Amino acid sequence: MNLLRTEALKKHFGETRAVDGVNFTVNEGEFLSLVGTNGAGKTTLVNLISAFLAPDSGRIFIGDRDITHASVEERIRAGIARSFQLVNLFDDLSVLDNVALAIFAREGKTKRILALAERDAAVTREASDLLGEFGLDGKSEGRAGGLAQGERKLLDVAVAYALRPRLLFLDEPTSGVSTRDKAQIMDTVSAVVRGGGITAVVIEHDMDVVFKYSDRVVVMHEGRFLADGPPGEIRQNSDVAKYLLGTDV
Amino acid sequence: MEIVALQVLNSLFYAAVLFLIAAGLSLIFGVMGIVNMAHGSFYALGAYVTAWSVGAAAATLPPAALFIFLLLGAIAVALVGLMIEPTLIRPFYRRQEEYQLLVTFGLLLVLEDVIRLLWGGTPLTASGLVDSLGLVRIGGLPYPVYNLLMIGVGAVAALALWAFVYRTKFGVLLRATAQDRRMAAALGIDVGRIYALAFGLGCFMAGLGGAIVVPSQAAVLGMGVEVLVIAFVVVVIGGLGSLEGALVGALIVSALRTITIQFWEEFELAALYLIAAIVLLIRPTGLFGRRA
Amino acid sequence: MKLAVPILIVLALVPVVASTYQTQLLTYGLTLAIAALGFNLLLGYTGLLSFGHSAYFGAGAYAVALMMRYLGVSSMELFLLGGIVCSAALAALFGVVCVRHTRIFFAILTLALSQVLWTLAYKFFWITGGTDGLRVPFSKLTLLGGLIGFPGADAFARFISFYYYYVLVVFCVCTALMWLIVHSPFGKTLQAIRDNETRARFLGVRIWRYRWLAFLVSGIFTGLAGTLWVPLNGLTTPDVLYWPQSGKIVFFAVLGGFRNFSGPIVGAVLFNYLEVYAIALTEYWQITLGAILIILVTFLPAGIVGTAQRLSAKFK
Repeated sequence: MNLLRTEALKKHFGETRAVDGVNFTVNEGEFLSLVGTNGAGKTTLVNLISAFLAPDSGRIFIGDRDITHASVEERIRAGIARSFQLVNLFDDLSVLDNVALAIFAREGKTKRILALAERDAAVTREASDLLGEFGLDGKSEGRAGGLAQGERKLLDVAVAYALRPRLLFLDEPTSGVSTRDKAQIMDTVSAVVRGGGITAVVIEHDMDVVFKYSDRVVVMHEGRFLADGPPGEIRQNSDVAKYLLGTDV
Repeated sequence: MEIVALQVLNSLFYAAVLFLIAAGLSLIFGVMGIVNMAHGSFYALGAYVTAWSVGAAAATLPPAALFIFLLLGAIAVALVGLMIEPTLIRPFYRRQEEYQLLVTFGLLLVLEDVIRLLWGGTPLTASGLVDSLGLVRIGGLPYPVYNLLMIGVGAVAALALWAFVYRTKFGVLLRATAQDRRMAAALGIDVGRIYALAFGLGCFMAGLGGAIVVPSQAAVLGMGVEVLVIAFVVVVIGGLGSLEGALVGALIVSALRTITIQFWEEFELAALYLIAAIVLLIRPTGLFGRRA
Repeated sequence: MKLAVPILIVLALVPVVASTYQTQLLTYGLTLAIAALGFNLLLGYTGLLSFGHSAYFGAGAYAVALMMRYLGVSSMELFLLGGIVCSAALAALFGVVCVRHTRIFFAILTLALSQVLWTLAYKFFWITGGTDGLRVPFSKLTLLGGLIGFPGADAFARFISFYYYYVLVVFCVCTALMWLIVHSPFGKTLQAIRDNETRARFLGVRIWRYRWLAFLVSGIFTGLAGTLWVPLNGLTTPDVLYWPQSGKIVFFAVLGGFRNFSGPIVGAVLFNYLEVYAIALTEYWQITLGAILIILVTFLPAGIVGTAQRLSAKFK
């Protein structure tokens, strides 16, 4: 059973065919990488699925349910969560509150106006456990805005993860950090996501990272899918080599 | 019928004044991304400077020569603007919008009181200018020639501004800077100079608005804030940052004002504010707005 | 927080040691502080700068004056109820319009709507008394369900000392309530929206509902301040609905520092002294206020309390 399916999904910006009739499927439990050159349409595809943008045409299903016209909130309830390419945190809140907020939102507790947030023991415990999983437990009291870039990237993922989605989209979780941090971030992210039994779609540029961590790789080029398969197969694909790596095999 | 014609003319006169103020507000926003809460006070300053200098020179100069003070009043305001931008406003371009609003609000408080300090609480007029041009009969009813002339000035100012922004080299630099400040700086444009000049130009227009209004109605305390809110209404209707919008907005607002004054005098201002609220509800970026 | 108890003790002693005039001044300061608390829920915690809070302050004030004049009410508790109902209704209505926008559009809308109210108060003079305003003499007022009234020769001093404690209690309740609100999941959600609207939306938060609720709460606090202020002032005129009143409320928050909880409270109390003494010294007090505002936002954007906190943290 597919967890997510799109049918002929299309989004054009003027002349640019950012997503051009894409049929995308994600299977339950996989760790999928979405790759392609800049402007290939990866982020637009994620934006369409997460309701950041509305498609020109085509349909989106989660399970059997058509969510093409569902609101952001409905899609989150259906189990879709995402992070953003440029780190998107609540900078003036504490690291713990960033995660706690996602949990409050998930539990529908954000409307509680006459109760201290920190007195909600269940939420606080879950948030600090989660920060522990992401290796951020030492930082939980500090401002999110004061974290180092690599930590911010991890917190960004942690906030999306705290929604306990069925399907988690991560838009370049390792962009803008050093190679050493990259490996550490991906080790942490893949361990937590797999450990939590969550299906993940990761947009990633670094092919070493892609081949190392993914179960399946989908390659986009100019708004269309160029290749789709396990890492070993993609590595051998001559089209992919030509468009993506700039070399002929 | 004649009354309708006069009302149309009154409405156009008011629209000319409003356009000058709103276009200046919109220009400053379009280029620098700052909404200047003190903009109405520059208009008031123009009115006071003009009325005061006309009054001082009336005994020595012939009435026709006094018209030069309309221009001088506007230039004086522009000079004030040229001094204020680099010293007070410039540190705020990179700051959050709250702070930009707050600093120009502080400027508004200061300017309102400076006017009171310099000219006191008594209204100032320059009605000699209106009298010197006399009246013309429109369908049997007298109408000041001055107002007709100033409708013309408003139209010329609108055309000149349009030509300036869209047809001159400086206009190109101005629009380039408005589009992308960093890119403009990287291309070697002196952004600081552009900003100062744009701010000065915006102040000049507000000052000119005040200068042309003061011969037909007295300069009074509080006129700056009242016009600020109405100028906001104009740019909200027309869209912040759009010159065409400022023109259309000014025409719409002054027409509505004339109509409400005619039929429903109590609600003049209330009606304008309500219209602004409705426009924002329906079309947040205004009718011609290009950026939110 | 550690300072709360000693400050409260000092505040409780003020009428005992200070003159009636000084007590009266501080009572003004405390009512304004309630308005500042409400205002700052929007500016400091939700990131929305309102230039129209005079509307709610005025709604609270006019609620009292109109109830006294047309309904013959004299009980302060009923006035508080009426003030809350009126400012809540107004904030609920204006809020629906305003919270769909942010930044300058929000500022313009709040200003424009408050000016609508001002022109109405001004123009409907047969109801509101126009520029003469409506009188709310303290001698007609009763506190605590009619238990305490203020007839007699020395009534004013007695009124001030009773009323000071009355305002102090309401102030303490409001402060505690606001503290709870900003530390609640709701309050954290507002701060999240302030910091990053998009991310908050992608946590499933319906942004504008939260902004609306913040607007409502903010309006009620400010309205309550207006209600408490009227008997003290003895009179309400359309000035309380006019934009400079909104400007003052903005000033409270900036003076004390809007990015911390106690800043606006300190700002409001200080502002009150500043206004009283600056007016006494010079006719041109707006210049002073404007200059201070410019200096504050240029050099001390954290305000007095924020800067003091930073300094004390440095020297620890």
